Amino acid sequence: MSITLSEKDNGYIEGFAGFEKTAPGGSLGWLKSIREDAITKFSELGFPTPQDEDWRFTNVAPIARGSFDILQNGQGKVSASDLKPYQFEGEQINELVFINGRYSTELSTTARLPKGVIVLNLAEAIDSEQDILEENLAKYADFKDEAFTALNTAFMEDGGFIYIPKGTVVEEPIHLLYISTSGETPSITNPRNLIIAEDNCQANIIEHYVSLDENIYFSNVVTEMVVGENSSLGHYLLELESKKAFNISTLRVQQARSSNIRSHSVLLGGSLVRNNVHPVLAGEGCDSLINGLFMSTHRQHMDNYMKVEHASPHCDSRQLYNGILDGRSRGVFHGRIIVHEDAQKTDAKQTNRNLLLSDHAQIDTKPQLEIYADDVKCTHGATIGQIDENALFYLRSRGISKEASRDIILNAFTNETLESMTVDSVKNYCANLITDWFNQRKLAQKS
Amino acid sequence: MLEIKNLHVNVEDQEILKGLNLKVNKGEVHSIMGPNGSGKSTLAQVLAGRESYKVTEGEIIFEGKDLLELSPEDRACEGIFMAFQYPVEIPGVANTYLLREALNSVRKYRGEEPLKHIEFVKFAKEKMKIMDIGDNLLKRGVNEGFSGGEKKRNEIFQMQILEPKLSILDETDSGLDIDALKVVAGGVNALRSPERAFLIITHYQRLLDYIVPDFVHVLVDGKIVKSGGKELAYELEDRGYGWIEEEKTAANS
Repeated sequence: MSITLSEKDNGYIEGFAGFEKTAPGGSLGWLKSIREDAITKFSELGFPTPQDEDWRFTNVAPIARGSFDILQNGQGKVSASDLKPYQFEGEQINELVFINGRYSTELSTTARLPKGVIVLNLAEAIDSEQDILEENLAKYADFKDEAFTALNTAFMEDGGFIYIPKGTVVEEPIHLLYISTSGETPSITNPRNLIIAEDNCQANIIEHYVSLDENIYFSNVVTEMVVGENSSLGHYLLELESKKAFNISTLRVQQARSSNIRSHSVLLGGSLVRNNVHPVLAGEGCDSLINGLFMSTHRQHMDNYMKVEHASPHCDSRQLYNGILDGRSRGVFHGRIIVHEDAQKTDAKQTNRNLLLSDHAQIDTKPQLEIYADDVKCTHGATIGQIDENALFYLRSRGISKEASRDIILNAFTNETLESMTVDSVKNYCANLITDWFNQRKLAQKS
Repeated sequence: MLEIKNLHVNVEDQEILKGLNLKVNKGEVHSIMGPNGSGKSTLAQVLAGRESYKVTEGEIIFEGKDLLELSPEDRACEGIFMAFQYPVEIPGVANTYLLREALNSVRKYRGEEPLKHIEFVKFAKEKMKIMDIGDNLLKRGVNEGFSGGEKKRNEIFQMQILEPKLSILDETDSGLDIDALKVVAGGVNALRSPERAFLIITHYQRLLDYIVPDFVHVLVDGKIVKSGGKELAYELEDRGYGWIEEEKTAANS
């Protein structure tokens, strides 16, 4: 039986009734009530419109008007060799593979984990790790006010579950690879990831969204990352969806005292993309780096919504977000910093730099500072420009060709994002993606 | 080596150079002095190939070639180098990377093999000593966060690496303290040879104490109005530019 979700004829509500019957953990009371709360909230909220301040520059009508199937089974079409292009060279990796949103046991490897670390798919964790889930799942990502989070929460069934016990260093990165092989009719997945690190832990987690076809589908992702005291986590989002796909991702991070996180986003794919990054610096002395690069072309729309919430004193946050826009693409950077009353000695900095490669590309960049404490340092800066002619002339005057000089300047711009990535294999993988992007652009210009 | 004939140049529809003539032979050091706005930097930019400076009349012949037909990069490969008055900061591009790319571009143009990394390092080390450039300056982004003196030393360091036939220094001495000035002059003097020429654009005679020119030209209102030996520089230092402008007016009337 297949379930189709659409706004027509109450499709989301009816779809939910069908979904609920067979959903993993459907018999668990606490989970059932979260899902039911979420679908109720979603039906109240509805899809956001440009009248909502947080969605002013992004119209999700193509999603709202759409009709999406929840695929029952898309497995078996993907083999180990299909994964190769999406794996990181030279890396011994722990990898959970999801095909159209569902876990694939055959394609996944989790053999190289330190003692006590649990890496499972959510559907299985719902059975085996009930206590941890009940305590954490849907406790952080706000499904009461955010429609897409509500939608994900109502329909969540699988995703990555990572639990790292106290004092554990996970050397090798954990890779959550989501592969779409969607069919002819548009489909939806609601990947739900839960990452929990107790105190004094260290790990790197990569979320990776790719497609083997150029079909229409909708990835509606929510990740909750709970970071214990003095822990240090790196999170990577690599978004390489199909050219026709929709991707809405929310990363909600909860940081305890003296923890530090680095969130890296690289957005390249999709037709309509929204990336929400929302850390709450809840304990004293936290550190957050939100690093990102989006590269859009043709008619892609990429919206980057940052919400950095300082809730305790002596925390530092840095947002460094770069965009390169070509063709008729459109980008949005919304950088919100909220400093709560108690968060004295906050040091928050935001930088958004955008490079427009075409006259038809467009970027809206908006800082938004809400400061309720009185002893804080908050700065923001945004730039929008073309390639710097002075820098170009300077390089050419040293004997370097015009084309090579342009490449050098563009690479310098993207290197700013790559520089702060600490997992070399992932950094190199991203560097190659960027090179491919520029090469494709050159090919398109020549033809 | 270089011959400029009746050069007229417009910047944003305003004529800046109004019929400039200059001839520079191999082995010579020429200094161009003149008041602000007389067109000194325009001359440097035009020689380097800045596209926003429009040549409306005249010609520039460099080593028998029509310079105005060449792109900025080809001019550099032919052996022209300009030390910028305001070197550009390029964050994210390591200084060494630029140097190596530049040197190998020039070598490729001449049909030479690119230098291997180790050869390049050895070559650069010698030049670093002359210019008092530390490793840290090499690793940083091009001119990124450099002090004024570091930027100017870095320009001359690039010149040392590229070993151009004709070097144009656009007010490289402006804003330098005496120690930095000596390093810059040392860098230029180390490169002087019977095969190379220098065009030194400056506001002050001070640099010429360390780099002794063969000729001094005075540029006023887009034309060279007076030429002489190094003693002309001292005279300008003492008397300013007023008397030359008066001489010019008197000659015109």
